[in-house]
Amino acid sequence: MIPDAGRGDSMSARQLSVVLGGRAVVDAVDAELLGGRVTAILGPNGAGKSSLIRVLAGVDRPASGALSWAGEDWFATSRRERARVAALVEQDVSAELPLTVRMAVALGRTPHSSFLAGPSRRDNEVIDAAMADAGVTEFAHRQISTLSGGERQRAHLARALAQEPRLLLLDEPTNHLDVLAQLTTLALVRDLATRNGIAVVAALHDLNLAVTFADHVVVLDAGRVRASGPPAEVLTPELILRVWHVAATVLTRPVTGAPVITFDLPERTHP
Amino acid sequence: MRTARPPRILVASITLAAALVASIAAAVTIGPADIRFDEVWASIGSHLGLGVTPLSPLRDGIVWELRLPRVFTAAAVGAGLAISGAVMQAITRNPLADPYLLGLSSGASLGAVAVLVLGVSVLLPAAAFLGALVALAATLLIAGSGSALTPSRMILAGIAVSSLGAALTSFVIFWTATGDSYREIISWLLGSLAGARWPAVAIAVAAVVVIGIPLMIGGRVLDAFAFGDTSAAALGVSVARTRWVMLVGTALLTGGMVSVSGSIGFVGLILPHAVRLIVGAQHRALLPLAALSGAIFLIWCDTAARALFDPRELPVGIVTAVIGAPVFVLLLMRSRRFA
Repeated sequence: MIPDAGRGDSMSARQLSVVLGGRAVVDAVDAELLGGRVTAILGPNGAGKSSLIRVLAGVDRPASGALSWAGEDWFATSRRERARVAALVEQDVSAELPLTVRMAVALGRTPHSSFLAGPSRRDNEVIDAAMADAGVTEFAHRQISTLSGGERQRAHLARALAQEPRLLLLDEPTNHLDVLAQLTTLALVRDLATRNGIAVVAALHDLNLAVTFADHVVVLDAGRVRASGPPAEVLTPELILRVWHVAATVLTRPVTGAPVITFDLPERTHP
Repeated sequence: MRTARPPRILVASITLAAALVASIAAAVTIGPADIRFDEVWASIGSHLGLGVTPLSPLRDGIVWELRLPRVFTAAAVGAGLAISGAVMQAITRNPLADPYLLGLSSGASLGAVAVLVLGVSVLLPAAAFLGALVALAATLLIAGSGSALTPSRMILAGIAVSSLGAALTSFVIFWTATGDSYREIISWLLGSLAGARWPAVAIAVAAVVVIGIPLMIGGRVLDAFAFGDTSAAALGVSVARTRWVMLVGTALLTGGMVSVSGSIGFVGLILPHAVRLIVGAQHRALLPLAALSGAIFLIWCDTAARALFDPRELPVGIVTAVIGAPVFVLLLMRSRRFA
């Protein structure tokens, strides 16, 4: 049905629920996260995006529901095996202790390298390639705390790439980044999905970035899936009003003809 | 580009190992009685049955019965405390963490002092082990009650446990103080190696070998905690299990150290930071180098403690605090630039 589906392995969620403090923050979510595609998880604050990402990454276990990777039960595998498949880029992480970019990226080899031996030749090659892909080679020996927000985000991305993931999960990867850094970060993961068949899943706040970079969007609201599908079809003014409570206008960009969404506070019908 | 790093670590290891051997030899010669290097070797050689002409019984006693065990104990305790501190800083992601801050030393001291007062000093290491473990359990229980076990809650709980342990220790001292035992307990609480003989060497070295070395090897997994628990879990690490094993290991190690030396502060805090500044935060290099430098640091602190105001002797904890506090302030100011 979908062209290119099956290029890489896929993750499939069925009736997935996550309960935190007695409340279902992710509530019976169905989703198909296809290899070679960028899937954006959208939704207002508190919609359950981060909680869903953590379960998909295999960090937290769901309260109920089924999650499978390449047809296999995701939580039947060990944590280490999951870390060889899925890499997670969290938002706003920092290290308390001094760490160079290369050391941080080398952490990505943790699930692959043997416990006692040092990094192998192949580990070093993968680390170098990951740094090159993410464009952080030039500050390999700088302290990660001295980098700008965009540079640091790329360093974290390089760490995730060093895991050689088949599934790359990003929790609000464009947070606190300037416009250029937002675009380069997403263009980079977009390219990784297309080139390497990686299933990329990103929780995003910016709907226009989702329109530009995602093949597929899943709209969450209070933990439930409100809509899913191609961004241009899903993100209608009606849905945006219902989920985000803002009035949206979909415009067409002059040259490319691609849609662009603008937002206003909704007009009150009874002032 | 990256080949610059391993030799740097290798050079640091070899330099520190050589410096440790030299420090042991040099520290034994320092003291009220003048002992020469060749006499140190003569004493060691004759006791190991190497056919060397033995020293006079008096001079041999100074070297073999007093100074050597004391220097070896200082080395082992310094290494153990530095390992404990480095592991705790990584596992709690708190640069200020060390066995003292999380209340372990205070618990170990309480256990040790209680046993001393009861007059069953055979149980000293066991009581200190137990005290450190109970303090750790209390810290984790308080920190974990009703919410996630965050580093900051852990530190705050550690302060509470530490204060309580110190208060109880003080109470025991107050209740039982009679002349000599009072002085002994005081030097215990401030940390002292004055009483270290071969049994102390055996306990401290055994603790470093049996607990410290496995912690150093297993500690490599601590790298994955650099960006927090979630990040470690996403890298395939069993976060809860690792944290428990590491913390119980540091509790045991701290208990062993406190049982022979009392509460010596700052070694576990300063040396891991100093080593990180030089070789970075990778635990593969950090833990062994911190252990070596901790050993050297404490040998010289203890040598200063017994030689500086000769014939009077300071508790070594005073020396480590006097050196450690300003160094720590300096580290704090430096690190803020990068924060």
